[in-house]
Amino acid sequence: MHQLPQTLVSGLALGALYGLIAIGYTMVYGIVQLINFAHGEIVMIGGFGALTIHLWLPGSTPLGAALPLMLIGGALAAVAVATAAERFAYRPLRGAPRLAPLITAIGLSIALQQTVWAFYPDAKKPRLFPQFHGNAFELAGNIHLQRNDLFVLVAAPLCMIALGFFVSRSRTGRAMQATAQDPDTAELMGVDTNRIIVLAFAIGGAFAAVAAVAQGLRAGQISFEMGFILGLKAFTAAVLGGIGNIYGAMLGGVVLGIAEAAATTYIQNIPGMHQLGGAGWKDVWAFVLLILVLLIRPQGLLGERVADRA
Amino acid sequence: MTALLEVSGLRVAYGKIEAVKGISFTVDEGQIVTLIGTNGAGKTTTLRTLSGLLTPLDGTIRFDGHTLTGTPAHRIVALGLAHSPEGRHIFPRLTIAENLQLGAFLRKDTDGIRQDIQRAYDLFPILGERAHQAAGTLSGGEQQMLAMGRALMSRPKLLMLDEPSMGLSPIMMQKIKATITELKASGTTILLVEQNAQAALSLADRGHVMETGRIVLSGTGAELLHDESVRKAYLGED
Repeated sequence: MHQLPQTLVSGLALGALYGLIAIGYTMVYGIVQLINFAHGEIVMIGGFGALTIHLWLPGSTPLGAALPLMLIGGALAAVAVATAAERFAYRPLRGAPRLAPLITAIGLSIALQQTVWAFYPDAKKPRLFPQFHGNAFELAGNIHLQRNDLFVLVAAPLCMIALGFFVSRSRTGRAMQATAQDPDTAELMGVDTNRIIVLAFAIGGAFAAVAAVAQGLRAGQISFEMGFILGLKAFTAAVLGGIGNIYGAMLGGVVLGIAEAAATTYIQNIPGMHQLGGAGWKDVWAFVLLILVLLIRPQGLLGERVADRA
Repeated sequence: MTALLEVSGLRVAYGKIEAVKGISFTVDEGQIVTLIGTNGAGKTTTLRTLSGLLTPLDGTIRFDGHTLTGTPAHRIVALGLAHSPEGRHIFPRLTIAENLQLGAFLRKDTDGIRQDIQRAYDLFPILGERAHQAAGTLSGGEQQMLAMGRALMSRPKLLMLDEPSMGLSPIMMQKIKATITELKASGTTILLVEQNAQAALSLADRGHVMETGRIVLSGTGAELLHDESVRKAYLGED
């Protein structure tokens, strides 16, 4: 049990990262009922955007000073690609059968991976990403907070607060809620719903870039295929929290992150299960959790039952 | 009298099924015009096309000097044409106050918006009492009041009401009728779609009877109210 506080801290940091990506899935789904399976690749693009800025800056730039610029660069790249995907890949298919945009998303995901693989310098293997140097912070007794975890634990709440205020308080945010609830009627109010849809993709892209930088700092490297498993985990988090609900996405991310950390730490201690624990099995337990939630509460933790919307 | 709205030769189809088969009518400024007819006659399709939610196959729509055909719905509101849709379509998870504010989405005059919200509360006190509750918690009749109040928030030149009496108690219907009369008196032009022909014709300056996508009979409200075929088909008399 003495490992519990440390497990929670690590799990929370990982979960915040998943949550940031899950926001992108949930916002797009909430407004156009599309699972944007290329969203993991938007994260990857954000990572390479940030890396590009890092490579441009003089080698002597301290990471603390470079980070804001890397975040901006990553966000610009991710937002540009996400909104272009909406405009040129998804919008022409609006009103087409559900399967068409879904297959397009999968195709787009492969195309983005291969484009980076083929054209980004030396991207055929993972590329090194800058990392914080220096020791972890000691919070108490034996609990350590890694510097890269601190980054995501500060960035994710800031992003969530900003998004919460924007959606519930601003005029455009209210138009966004209206569009999610009833797009035709939102148009009748004078809301340009196409603009709102682009905005949802853009916000998802910006959050994806923050997550990509967090992931780069954590792993010390990024690769053209990093978006696959991250995207899958974040999609799981979005479903777990109740897809369409932004707070649900973050909650789902945190629950998933803590569950993974706990499974990694504890399952190997259960008699007879030592070979099912450890980091190698964490993805398995994450998806077991998803299956359990879908069986017990199909609408997700904060989701609304579809029947309520009739 | 100048025509505020001029529809001519309008045809609308869903896929291969033509729901509106070439209708023409005008709405003069300050008038109440009603389209009556049974379910499936094409009344709602007509309104949805006028407000830009549907694209016509053919025909022209002129409103206040603008040609609307091909204009997206969100721009049409800006020209002064508001549409309170069939089935109310309030935003269920936004509050009543937020629904009303969305009705004024394109307006910038904060003070005027606040006054108009107050006017909606005066008109329908229940909306004021429950201003900060989710609109989905309102009863059907209350939602109808909200939908009407919301459509008025854009200060439209022409207000299109689709089945405002649907699901209402007789007392509420009187209230809605009185409101429509009041709106007319204050200079709002109204295009009213109703299945309740009696109520609609007694309010209207002009009426058009629609059957399977065509206008089959037109006249003043009083003429249609006393027309034998109308009385038989729509007023339940034999």
